[in-house]
Amino acid sequence: MTLPDRSKKVIEAAITSNRNKPGALLPILHGIQDNIGYIPPEAVSVIASELNLSRAEVHGVVSFYHYFRQTPPGRHTLQICQAESCQAMGSRALTERAKSILDVSLHETTADQEFSLEPIYCLGNCACSPAVMIDDEVHGRVTPDRLEQLLNQFRKGKQ
Amino acid sequence: MSIKVYVPRDSSVLSLGADQVAITIAAESGRRGARIEIIRNGSRGMFWLETMVEISTPTGRIAYGPVQPQDVPSLFENNFLYGGEHHLRLGLTEKIPFLKNQERLTFARVGITDPVSILDYLAHDGYRGLKRALDMNGTAIIEEVTDSGLRGRGGAAFPTGIKWKTVLNTAADQKYIVCNADEGDSGTYSDRMIMEGDPFVLIEGMTIAGIAVGATQGYIYLRSEYPHAMQVLNEAIAVATANNYLGKDILGSNKSFHLEARRGAGAYVCGEETSLLESLEGKRGIVRFKPPLPAIEGLFGKPTIINNVISLASVPIILDKGGEFYRNYGMGRSRGTLPIQLAGNLKQCGLVEKAFGVTLRELLYDYGGGSASGKPIRAVQVGGPLGAYLPESQFDTPLDYEAFTNIWAVLGHGGIVAFDDTVDMAHMARYAMEFCAIESCGKCTPCRIGSIRGVEVIDKIIANHERVANIALLRDLNDTMLNGSLCALGGMTPYPVLSALNHFPEDFGLQKTQQAA
Repeated sequence: MTLPDRSKKVIEAAITSNRNKPGALLPILHGIQDNIGYIPPEAVSVIASELNLSRAEVHGVVSFYHYFRQTPPGRHTLQICQAESCQAMGSRALTERAKSILDVSLHETTADQEFSLEPIYCLGNCACSPAVMIDDEVHGRVTPDRLEQLLNQFRKGKQ
Repeated sequence: MSIKVYVPRDSSVLSLGADQVAITIAAESGRRGARIEIIRNGSRGMFWLETMVEISTPTGRIAYGPVQPQDVPSLFENNFLYGGEHHLRLGLTEKIPFLKNQERLTFARVGITDPVSILDYLAHDGYRGLKRALDMNGTAIIEEVTDSGLRGRGGAAFPTGIKWKTVLNTAADQKYIVCNADEGDSGTYSDRMIMEGDPFVLIEGMTIAGIAVGATQGYIYLRSEYPHAMQVLNEAIAVATANNYLGKDILGSNKSFHLEARRGAGAYVCGEETSLLESLEGKRGIVRFKPPLPAIEGLFGKPTIINNVISLASVPIILDKGGEFYRNYGMGRSRGTLPIQLAGNLKQCGLVEKAFGVTLRELLYDYGGGSASGKPIRAVQVGGPLGAYLPESQFDTPLDYEAFTNIWAVLGHGGIVAFDDTVDMAHMARYAMEFCAIESCGKCTPCRIGSIRGVEVIDKIIANHERVANIALLRDLNDTMLNGSLCALGGMTPYPVLSALNHFPEDFGLQKTQQAA
């Protein structure tokens, strides 16, 4: 499968605007993921040849960091904090509820490509546990019912 | 003149709907023709009262909270712009006991000023430390920091002045200041609050560090989970640069310091300093062997100061008021103040900056108000996911690095997570091993393999499969991890695991009094 032109342009732009920075690889990968939601496998060889690295080095970095995705995410990403403070306030039950509403496991995307469900380890919102992040929005003190409400809002097309 | 109305922009408060509160206040005041100026401040750190709206009055700031958008019309009805009575009125903010009894040095401005207004920062004693430092030589600046007794607030508690001195004394054509803002510990959020609520204090602290050791470039390594902090930092760096507090020839001193914020990518281990440096260099965040210390061979092989956000943000007040002023707070060898973060199952979660010496019990009950669920607090984890679980019998321990070492616990980055009596401690021990397995960088075997085996052994203990033999095996495994791991991730995972086993043996299927194997 070849990449759409837009993705190719995003990859080129991310490389051009960051390549002269010391330690340019992470900023380049962020530039790509910010714009197309994941790091397409095709990007790896392009980055490798532009930065004079081996493909293994670039792939090694992409796969090391939890944040970088290698497959396209759903239209929205729901991240539920799994860390201790949120566990103390019911995040295990919250995660189970999310799995059952969306009918997926952690790290999976719903069949309609609407939501990806991901675990996250601390959003720094521990004073308002349990916390979830939907796309870039953090929500605190989220009960299972509140989560269902939020998911419905996002499903109805809130961007 | 318009009335100043404060609605926080701290991301925790945003997570409770602060933006909607601000929008509703603006719309309502427009409808009523009231003249107000909405300032988006940091949070005062009393999260059970958020969204807390403050009004500036001649007698001081008056707080209302927790405010929901639907409360706004009645606030206007009751003349809240002039401090009017309302069931959400909390009185003068400074008089709220949670806040009044604190000793806020590092957090002096958080929640008070507009985080990205440099005029506000200057009006509240900002940049006084830097101005003094610009008239001093590197040795004198570092002496002041050493005198203060400041120890690394990221968790390792290494004396900051000694680290700086090593960098000063290492000759190199380029040196770096790196701020570790990869605040990954569960139950901690003080770095985030500083970066979102008073970013200039961090920028000032890093600039002082740069001037002290002759480093001209700084990086803030910020975790990707903090998009709001990134936005505020970038705004503040731009403002500081435009006003000649960053960049070339700072305030005509002939000294330069450039600063850039870089985003991490969700790896907990990158909070370990050498792993963080690898990541900044654009590589996998694999832990380095030490020596060489980063102070001698750090970022790109150059001498590097790498400090936590709170350590660096405490430097401006030390330079402004002197090392002795700071050292006069605290107890024993723990000098100054610690921003403590109350989290988990507590009625009143929030930020408490206190001199070292306050006890866990005071924090949990006087500040925290006891558990949120109303059930007894059974265990607290202090110092993040690698910190020990403490039972009620240890709640009188004062917050002091050495006192915690004596009970085989750590203060870490000052996070306190409370659990009520519904917690299953065998479950929490298993989680600690699981977390280590997920986050291990893979370089050393005790951490990479030990954590996986740890999960399996705890599963067998929970399932009562050869329980006594497996508990002995778990202890042996923890001994290997504790003594054989390359960094704190594998080396400290035994803290939560063994403390859970030792203090709560009944959760592992042992008699309460039975000291396991």
